[in-house]
This record gives sequence, C-alpha cells and structure tokens, in this order.
Amino acid sequence: MSAQLTVGDVVAERTVHLTRESLVRYAGASGDFNPIHYRDDVAAAVGLPGVLAHGMLTMGLAVGTIESWLGDTGRILEYGVRFTKPVVVDPETGADVTVVAKAGAVDEGTARIDLTVSCDGVNVLVKAQVRVRVD
Amino acid sequence: MPVNPELVGREFPPTAPYLVGREKVREFARAVFAESPQHFDPAAAQALGYADVVAPPTFAMVIQDLTLQQLLAEPDSGIELSRVLHAEQRFRYTRPIVAGDELTARLSVTAIRAMGGNAMVTSDAEITDAEGAHVVTATSILLVGEGEK
Repeated sequence: MSAQLTVGDVVAERTVHLTRESLVRYAGASGDFNPIHYRDDVAAAVGLPGVLAHGMLTMGLAVGTIESWLGDTGRILEYGVRFTKPVVVDPETGADVTVVAKAGAVDEGTARIDLTVSCDGVNVLVKAQVRVRVD
Repeated sequence: MPVNPELVGREFPPTAPYLVGREKVREFARAVFAESPQHFDPAAAQALGYADVVAPPTFAMVIQDLTLQQLLAEPDSGIELSRVLHAEQRFRYTRPIVAGDELTARLSVTAIRAMGGNAMVTSDAEITDAEGAHVVTATSILLVGEGEK
C-alpha cells in the first residue's frame, strides 16, 4: 500500500467474469438460495429481465478488488453500498463486472476508497465506499 | 398488510452461536473472488497477527442473515420475502471475522420509513464474539413492497 495516497488515485481495478456457476457457488457459500439467482422461469415470473447476480456477490467481489493493495482486509473500517441496477447473468455469455477503486478522500490515518462498479457500462452500485486505515 | 411500525425498538433474542469454520471461510472467499492468501493459508493469516484464516469483509452477511430470518418470522411483521428488495448494505468493523470465532448477532430495527405504498426498513445486526466483544455491525436497508391489500 502506497504511503503517498492522493485523492483521485486509482488504487486498483479489475473485471470479474460471472457465470451461472458463479451464482450457484455464491448461493451455496452464503446460504442465499433465492431462486431468482439460478432459475430463469422464476426470474421471468416475477418480472425480471433474467437471472440476477446476488447483490451481496457484487458487493463482495467489488471490495475484493482492493485486497492486494490493502495488504490486510483488517484495515477495512467501514464498507457500504446502495444497490441500484441488477446484474443480469446470461446462461451462455455470463456477465462482466468491472470495478475501479479510487481514493475519494484522504485524512489522517484513514482514507475513503470509492468503488465504481459497472456492468455493460451501467453502474450497478452507487455510493460504494470503503473506509480504510492507511497508517 | 403494511410493515408493522411497532417493530422499531422491539427486543429480539441473540441468534444461536455460529462457529466460523476454516473451510467455510475458504469457500466464501472463492465465491466472492477474494484472492488474498490471508483467506486461505493459516500461516499467511498468522503472519498478519490473526489466529486463523480471515473471512472476507462481506462474510458478516451470513451472520446477519440469521437476524433477517428472525425479522421475517415475526408473525406481525407485515414483511414477506417475495416483496423484499435489498436496497442498501453497510458494515462497520471493530475487527475482521476469523475462523474459530463463535459469533452471535442481535437484531434491532432502527427505522421504518413509508415511501408511497412501500416501506424502507433499516435493521442492524450487532455481531459479537464468544467474549461478548464487538466484531462488526451489519446494517441492511430493505425496500418492502406493499403487496395485496
């Protein structure tokens, strides 16, 4: 982790490719078995454009982007997001979620990292902010 | 049935202790594409000062989910899972969750705000370890649709 952190610095970025298998894996790991995350018929019946990624999967993979920069996830003091748009995961082509992590504010000993999280150019989370210890 | 405003301030019992397993931490880390060795390798976690592998930050949701099940199980809540959307999520950490932790969570509903026919329900899960020390507070805001009258 760089000691010289300046507002606007991109500290990390990545694109994660999600498939239906990713969703089944997250369902099992988290215990969230809501069928809108693995059944097309149920998703369609409740009016969704397709099977969606769990919001908590998107939130989890988003913060994972800054782990190697941080060096220790124990430096994370707070993490919050608003879920705005769904991530539709196509059965054949999946979905690509792109995360860009920028320093949004730098204070004495702490920093706010702002995550821009998008799929097909649309932001799927807003106010995705991580407050971290940087001392 | 609209969301019951009397849920705010209601007392809920602590959830049954959840023992965090090493393989569960690894399984969860793989599922959220968390790649740091501290989630997989006990030696890497110990080098950072932890007793065992460290759970990724959003693992706290697994514990908080036990409290949301309590909320949904209240017979007078007016909340049906099929009408619930997860609108917002926050975590405030004292320390990360580590394999071997025995965690309990206590639910409190802190706000219910009407929005047209819908309601925004804010609930906290205060997650503590076997010694009763604070680990993380998880806050969910759920958007609950009005449903059939």
